[in-house]
Amino acid sequence: MNQKHLILVIIMVALFVAPLILSPASDFEGADGAAEQAISDTGYTPWFTPIWEPPSGEIESLLFALQAAIGAIVIGYFVGYEKGKRAKKKE
Amino acid sequence: MHIMEGFLPSPWWEIWFAITIPIVAYGIYRLTKITKSHPEAKPLLALMGAFIFVLSALKLPSVTGSCSHPTGAGLAAVVVGPGITSVLSLIVLVFQALLLAHGGLTTLGANTFSMGIVGPFAAYAIWIAAKKARLPTSVGVFLAATLGDLLTYVTTSAQLAVAFPSNGGIMGSFLNFGGIFAVTQIPLAIGEGILAVILFDFLAKYKGKLLDSLKVIKLPTVGATGRQEEGQ
Repeated sequence: MNQKHLILVIIMVALFVAPLILSPASDFEGADGAAEQAISDTGYTPWFTPIWEPPSGEIESLLFALQAAIGAIVIGYFVGYEKGKRAKKKE
Repeated sequence: MHIMEGFLPSPWWEIWFAITIPIVAYGIYRLTKITKSHPEAKPLLALMGAFIFVLSALKLPSVTGSCSHPTGAGLAAVVVGPGITSVLSLIVLVFQALLLAHGGLTTLGANTFSMGIVGPFAAYAIWIAAKKARLPTSVGVFLAATLGDLLTYVTTSAQLAVAFPSNGGIMGSFLNFGGIFAVTQIPLAIGEGILAVILFDFLAKYKGKLLDSLKVIKLPTVGATGRQEEGQ
């Protein structure tokens, strides 16, 4: 990671921490849910419901974490493999 | 950008499926062609899918006081082309619809259209335009990923606006949904742009040859002319 990337990462972290500090009173609900609510307010009822729903918020966050973990494993493996290959060549 | 299950009335959900299916079919065609001609590109394709997996799982706080998530599709569009990206996006959306009750099967067409088609194709067009304008590579990748992400959410807002016009008509409804989605998305889109630049720099450094060889076969049709000129 060079200096350019370091600065970029700092900017990114600041972008996501700033809302938490600037508007601590907000509830930080999901935008998808807000749109769902806005539509429901017009009196619309969905004509189809999910076949299966995570039974609790914990299970839902487990599955979201799993999704991110699967992706992160692949990225980490790829990056490490390529770096290792390059380092070996230089030896 | 997820329109929840059952939240698009007929004929809208059918319309979005009808538009999306041929483009995803084109993506599958590109995918099979690339894996045959460039089997060494398979880990790269997995990497792009993984990037979309991670980013679309991260619900991040935004200045509007609500949360949303990036898509990760812009970088994939620049690296492997928007057609293939539509297939990768579809895979993620199916995972989320079946296991997370996030999005839905009936709204899969509409959600694939916003995340897997408008976002990636816009990102790719922006990338080509940035190259033609001779902008630095990092700026091009950043703009492609950021604006592609943002346009995905503008698309979702438009999709809901045409299906649910308010008293102010379609435009009034669009501004309402745009306030929920697009404004929330601005800082997230910038964050996605930054992550895309970092991963792209890594790929350019370690996988430059492979990226070049993928370009030779003029991956996505939209970029065919741009890339030819580049080679001259």
